Amino acid sequence: MDVLRDTWTVFLYNTRIVLRQRAGIVFGVLQPMLYLVLFGPLFATIGSWETLVPGLLIQVALLSAGLAGFGVVFDARSGVLERLRVTPARRVCLLLGRVLSSSVTLLIQSVMLMTVGYAFGMRAWIPGVLAALVLMGLLGVSLAALSNAVALNIGPELFAPVMTTGVVPLILLSGAFLPMSMAPGWLDALSRATPFRYVLEAVRDLFAGRYATWTVAAGVAVTVLLSAVCVTVGTRVFNRENA
Amino acid sequence: MIRTSGLSKSFPGGVNAVRGVDLAVEAGEIVGFLGPNGAGKTTTMRMLTTLLRPTGGVATVAGRDLLADPRGVRRRIGYVSQGGGTNPATPVGDELELHAMLYGMRRGPARERIGEILERLDLSGLESRPAGALSGGQRRRFDLAFGLVHGPSLLFLDEPTTGLDPQSRANLWAHVTRLREEEGLTVFLTTHYLEEADALADRLFVIDHGAIVAEGTPAELKGGTGTLDDVFLSITGRSLREDRPSAAPGSSRPGPDGVEPSHQESDGVGSGRPGPGGVGSGDGEPSRPGPGGVGSAGSGPGGVGPAVPERSAVAPACEER
Repeated sequence: MDVLRDTWTVFLYNTRIVLRQRAGIVFGVLQPMLYLVLFGPLFATIGSWETLVPGLLIQVALLSAGLAGFGVVFDARSGVLERLRVTPARRVCLLLGRVLSSSVTLLIQSVMLMTVGYAFGMRAWIPGVLAALVLMGLLGVSLAALSNAVALNIGPELFAPVMTTGVVPLILLSGAFLPMSMAPGWLDALSRATPFRYVLEAVRDLFAGRYATWTVAAGVAVTVLLSAVCVTVGTRVFNRENA
Repeated sequence: MIRTSGLSKSFPGGVNAVRGVDLAVEAGEIVGFLGPNGAGKTTTMRMLTTLLRPTGGVATVAGRDLLADPRGVRRRIGYVSQGGGTNPATPVGDELELHAMLYGMRRGPARERIGEILERLDLSGLESRPAGALSGGQRRRFDLAFGLVHGPSLLFLDEPTTGLDPQSRANLWAHVTRLREEEGLTVFLTTHYLEEADALADRLFVIDHGAIVAEGTPAELKGGTGTLDDVFLSITGRSLREDRPSAAPGSSRPGPDGVEPSHQESDGVGSGRPGPGGVGSGDGEPSRPGPGGVGSAGSGPGGVGPAVPERSAVAPACEER
């Protein structure tokens, strides 16, 4: 019970900070939104909005939740993290509350992208979209936990260059802009080694109203596994002495 | 309130930051913890506050076993780190509320308690300000509020007044002394300022090279022969003034050791506590300011008057030469 209560307390606190700085939410979704508006109409001449928007969701996940570690760098530097570490709250609560708040941010950004997508003529089934949002929420938890762990491990100076560079190949390899089925063999193989491809293909199936497919099953399994691994790693880092 | 025996910490790579510290702090005391940079002060403090796990020794802090029940310790202590710990953009009231709730308080009682603490620290009405909009002295008192909001019995202060101007410093001292009386607190503080140790602490521990080298009341340590600075120099072979950090918080992280004192000297002073002759001699000190000497410099009521004859107050004029 303690764990839930403390997680909730930390979540509310962090969410309040996020909502207070609305510019942060907008800034996080800006780049995918530009793709949607300035590249989407072009893409729609050869493909469909239902193919592109899921790709942009993966992009925003990596750019928003994937860079959530910036916040923890800041809190570590200002001493907030240490202050919280001397309270009786379990460290897993400090991590989860923070990570859930990043995940909610990602969900807001995803809804923004989908709304604009619908306005451009995307046709996706609502139940599929809702299922995709659940998947995105879980992906947000994974990426934010991992990002926090990385941030506390490599320190503030390296975090920005490493992560902003690191997310680019991950976005490209997921097949965000063109389906990987069109890729040459080696690129396809490389793409299969990253988790985000599976999540993306599942979201595309869900948008198209195909729920009971192996692709969806694989996407769900990869996302669940990824979140379990990332939260475990994140908790371990938060529990460490000098984190 | 604090009992440690052989408390030690060695870091990977064979660095023995703390090599067996024995401390005994009674309830209601204000104890000062002095030492040059790199002596093991901060490491010891971080062990006692559960931020670092000791590699040797045993300790009971606020009635709980440090190694077996760190969460029990955390529930009963307050800790104010050197740099504080507030998000400069968040209203301090929000942060205090989060802090109180993580100690299991409900929102209502938490707010009530926060209001009470802020009033005591002359901070009422500032809750909605972000920390970045507060003065140095106000921010430091807010840091103190974080350490007190859950009503701990033991408060740890790491370099509480580093970087403050003399007036804010005296004001903070007055608050700490008064809180001790009103909340029945035990206070354990590290400091670089001998004036601070002299003005606040009932008893001092001096740490050097990871071990306690002297212990006693400020008057006992001075032994009538000089200032705490002289004593410090003779014990550690280093002057506290030389390696005092610059005003920037965080600058006093343990650095490389300075002058290596002869161990014979350290041992001699460390084990040979000042005898009976030394204790009384504090009375003979010339013109000590009476109660109220410090309080007059700030808004703190009552001032930092000595409760015990030997305990000394320091006039603002003695600060920061």
